[in-house]
Amino acid sequence: MHALSAIEEQYIRKDVPAFRAGDTVRVNVRIREGDKERIQAFEGVVLRRHAAGARSTFTVRKMSSGIGVERIFPLHSPMIESLEVVRHGRVRQARIYYLRDRFGKAARIKARRVN
Amino acid sequence: MQGILGRKIGMTAIFNEDGTQTPVTVISTAGNVVVDKRTEERNGYTALVLGFGDKRVKRVTKPELGFFAKQNLVEDRDGKQFVKRHLREFRVTPEQLDALDVGADVNASDVFFVGEKVDVVGTSKGRGFTGVMKRHNFRGTKASHGVHEYFRHGGSIGSNTSPARVFKNRGMPGQHGNKRVTVQNVRLAGFEEGGLVLIRGGVPGPNGGLVIIKKSVKRSI
Repeated sequence: MHALSAIEEQYIRKDVPAFRAGDTVRVNVRIREGDKERIQAFEGVVLRRHAAGARSTFTVRKMSSGIGVERIFPLHSPMIESLEVVRHGRVRQARIYYLRDRFGKAARIKARRVN
Repeated sequence: MQGILGRKIGMTAIFNEDGTQTPVTVISTAGNVVVDKRTEERNGYTALVLGFGDKRVKRVTKPELGFFAKQNLVEDRDGKQFVKRHLREFRVTPEQLDALDVGADVNASDVFFVGEKVDVVGTSKGRGFTGVMKRHNFRGTKASHGVHEYFRHGGSIGSNTSPARVFKNRGMPGQHGNKRVTVQNVRLAGFEEGGLVLIRGGVPGPNGGLVIIKKSVKRSI
């Protein structure tokens, strides 16, 4: 396993802020159109984090004109220009899939105090 | 050189420059050594014998030890003696035969280049004696409608009087896996320090299993 983690180490980004399920994040994604590159933000609630070394991912859900949209991002992908935590949320589960069945007032998440 | 021996370490993924991810199998090829030569005069063909992996001398038979002693290839490390565990022949041209001496190290990066298409040979994971559903992807039988004790069977294996025999290649239960398997034309995704080779995608066999990386037979580069 040692050799594997040495390879993954090269791809692991050190600039990832601490965040967890329930937090609201803004993911600035590099979008390539032809040879032009621009940044698009995807802001929403983190449903889950999947920890797997360099292959780690996280799922972000947002409501886009009334329709729930979920994107799974590779955490260490170079396609992510930057990642910011907009709001820390207090949830009891590590995977807050129950959010999918809720909308409006019911989908609110209490803020979490971070020191 | 046409190939090299290695040990499957496991799988992971790497990011490419354009941001895409490539799944890779990591194979350790450190310690490939030319153990013997097959020559035109002696053997009627030319090939290099590569040795790979360690084996404690005290576990080696005397004839085998004699061979390694003759080649001066008994390695002394940490007060223990080792010889090579796996030996495989690779056919080479007479010129290539002269280029390498017995005892020479063979590096994967000298044999292959990044992006090259290679074949990888391994021994698939053994599944033991399995039924027809797992082994040949048969559908089995209905779970209801009166089926009685016939859920995972293969059904009929042929007709009656004509042809009065079972055709060849009829799928039946039996040993599944633990068999030599080659994946052809897979891309070599890169090299890493310590003789590690990255192969795009999966490779047959368990982690820790012996694999042979060869130049692809069906080349189209």
